[in-house]
Amino acid sequence: MTRKSRPILSMVASRVGLGVLSLIIVSLVIFSAVAMLPGSYASAILGQNATPEAVAAMEEQLGLNEPWFLRYLGWLGAAATGDMGMSFAGRPVMDVIGPRLINTVVLASITAVIAVPVSILLGILCARFRGRFIDKFLSTSTLASISVPEFFVAYIVMMVLAVKLQLFPSMAGIRASMDWGDQLYRMVLPILTLLLVILAHMVRNTRAAILSVMASPYIEMARLKGEPESRVVMRQALPNAIGPIASVVALNLAYLISGVVVIEVVFVYPGVGQAMIDAVRNRDVPVIQACALIFAAAYIGFNLIADVISIISNPRLLHPR
Amino acid sequence: MTQLSRLLAPGRRGFLAGLAITAGSLALPRGLAAQEGPKQGGTLRYGMNDGSQTETLDPAGWATVTTGVAFNGALCNNLVELLPDGSIAGDLAESWSSDDAAIRWTFVLRKGVKFHDGRPFTAEDARQSILHHMGEGSTSGALAIVEQISDVAVEGEDLVFTLSAGNADFPALLSDYHLSIFPAREGGGIDWESGIGTGAFKLVSFEPGIAISLVRNPEYHKPGLPHFDALEIINIPDSTARLNALLTGEVDVIEDVDIRNIAMVEGSPDLKIVRTPSLRHLTFDMNCKVAPYDNPAVRKALKLAIDRDDILQKVFLGEGEKGNDTPVARIMPYFSETPPQHQYDPEAARAILSEAGLDGVTVDLSVAESAFPGAVEAAVLFKEHAAKAGITINIVNEADDGYWDNVWLQKPFNASDWYGRVTLDWLFATSYTSDAPWNNTGFSNARFDELQMAARTELDQAKRSALYAEMQQILHDDGGVITVAFASWRLAMSANIGHGQMGGILPGDNHRAAERWWRLDA
Repeated sequence: MTRKSRPILSMVASRVGLGVLSLIIVSLVIFSAVAMLPGSYASAILGQNATPEAVAAMEEQLGLNEPWFLRYLGWLGAAATGDMGMSFAGRPVMDVIGPRLINTVVLASITAVIAVPVSILLGILCARFRGRFIDKFLSTSTLASISVPEFFVAYIVMMVLAVKLQLFPSMAGIRASMDWGDQLYRMVLPILTLLLVILAHMVRNTRAAILSVMASPYIEMARLKGEPESRVVMRQALPNAIGPIASVVALNLAYLISGVVVIEVVFVYPGVGQAMIDAVRNRDVPVIQACALIFAAAYIGFNLIADVISIISNPRLLHPR
Repeated sequence: MTQLSRLLAPGRRGFLAGLAITAGSLALPRGLAAQEGPKQGGTLRYGMNDGSQTETLDPAGWATVTTGVAFNGALCNNLVELLPDGSIAGDLAESWSSDDAAIRWTFVLRKGVKFHDGRPFTAEDARQSILHHMGEGSTSGALAIVEQISDVAVEGEDLVFTLSAGNADFPALLSDYHLSIFPAREGGGIDWESGIGTGAFKLVSFEPGIAISLVRNPEYHKPGLPHFDALEIINIPDSTARLNALLTGEVDVIEDVDIRNIAMVEGSPDLKIVRTPSLRHLTFDMNCKVAPYDNPAVRKALKLAIDRDDILQKVFLGEGEKGNDTPVARIMPYFSETPPQHQYDPEAARAILSEAGLDGVTVDLSVAESAFPGAVEAAVLFKEHAAKAGITINIVNEADDGYWDNVWLQKPFNASDWYGRVTLDWLFATSYTSDAPWNNTGFSNARFDELQMAARTELDQAKRSALYAEMQQILHDDGGVITVAFASWRLAMSANIGHGQMGGILPGDNHRAAERWWRLDA
């Protein structure tokens, strides 16, 4: 047992190290990109009151008159100690993003808790009854669902369930003052939209992963031994398909954290994506940086977990030939 | 006096409404009878387009309609109030007077006004609220206004301003939304952090970029106001989501409805579009210092080579008012007609050019969609119009992002979106006098500058009016601004929201929607 876990531990350690390096590179790219954008926080905030003196005074207060790489080093030093700094608007970045991050995580978790088991189950069903009605139906409908942009799915859902049938509110603008039930009720439409988007992707990939294993000679052997088809799929094929399934699940979970910007905008859901858009519009660099780090960390983290699961399910991967 | 009649007005309307309802209950269906007069109660839910997580309660940092309507208009009061007709009335100040040079201004403050926590409002609160925007390193949006104040002092119970130079408009400038009054702190400064003002509503919660909620102040100093029990300001940046929120009854009013959706809103019996002429104007600006625009004949010809009606119909779908090559909106005090109205006349434009010895003028017009909504389409039409006058316009499509930093004030012929200013003096001083910081037309006219200085300290209304009329005519005849259209504020709202005449100087009924409007179904 200990022999087995050590290589995994060292793999995890090296991947975490690489992950931190990627985060630093991401932050550098974003920081320099924002510095190269025209306009500054001062001119964005002052708008039609942005007289040259007011802009100069504000930039001096915010330290924006220093070269960007000096500001970056200062930011990096603070971030290394866990201090995400102050938003240019004068509030700690964590105060700005914190409540929104919780909203995003709640939305993502509820969606994931429903989506992951359902999609894996449907994927297995498709693979088991390949070519039959359920497989054809799910394959066609999931293909249709991933072929249209997510905002289109969102508007269709909104038009049918909110505007025509008036079952759910069109706005998912949850607030701290609402109770749990009310918040959940308002989150129904965004959850439904996200489900439609990620279910399709995960069902198709689960099906494909299992079917590719089903083409292996050992499956033929199991069948020749007279095992029932369901047992072949569940006991023989599925364990060897866990790796690919775990990576597609990881990709979709990362998407739930960082890619739901469009859904947030359409349903007015106060998540991190909207915070980042708002920050980019105002050139509020500390907030942009924090959002970018959260998104990048989500991708790196989920992919790491997927790799660990793949390796545990298939230790051969630890010794690439 | 104006203030008094304004305060009486709702009462009179309420009385008439009472009559209408009594009569109506006999003869008319309920819905029709309910069209009259303010009622008490209900909540106003207002969907905004520009809320941001950078918003703060600090008045120096306010820049959005969201903070304007929620904080300036509902939470706080200024010393003076902008009435719907654009004139100035007292609010926390009752009256004011100045010396002959318009340098020393004395404001008599209203007695018996209380902050939301019960503290009485005093002259020191007003003084600190102004000082908050002044001083070295101030980043206040009101900096340009308070820069002219050399001293603010409390004398007895009055507030006395001493200006560095005379300004007859000074009381009007105090209506600037940043100059809201907050309670003074012991030892100087104001306490804006606790969100306590004197306004019609008290702050309940403030989630920047998400929502602001307020509740009625029962001890408000304007009798009978406000009508609503509560106010919810909800930020909905996406225009489709905003429209959906209105259609599904999540909000009662939305800002900035897309002109393509107006027909849809007007088609619904439960909704209405309310248009209020504003100061906002959309222009093509020529830099009078750069060739070929330094030649007055070229400027004149270009002004005659654009078909404003065509652009108004095709690009703005009829939403707006045709401009006449000044930046002065009809609703501003001292607005003056500047005849003749410049009409599309390609033959006249061609004649002016050939008289000046110019044939085949070619110009580069810099535009981007972010210059003003529809700027690119307007420029394409302008190109077609001008071609008939023998003028070639090359449209330069600039990048949207950074337009205001890289193109505006930089390229000699560009599209611009102006939000206007409360007073002509301020408008001209920011953009049209020789030393104006935002002189996008590079305009420099000695007579114009001289009139500006004379009008600034002129306390005689008739004389001042004449001075401003001449300035507007100079801009019309000789200036570099081609005013395409004046925009209106377009609010889409539930038919259940009632309101009187709307102010157009600032959005949201001069920011005071929350205390001026009411629910018909309350």
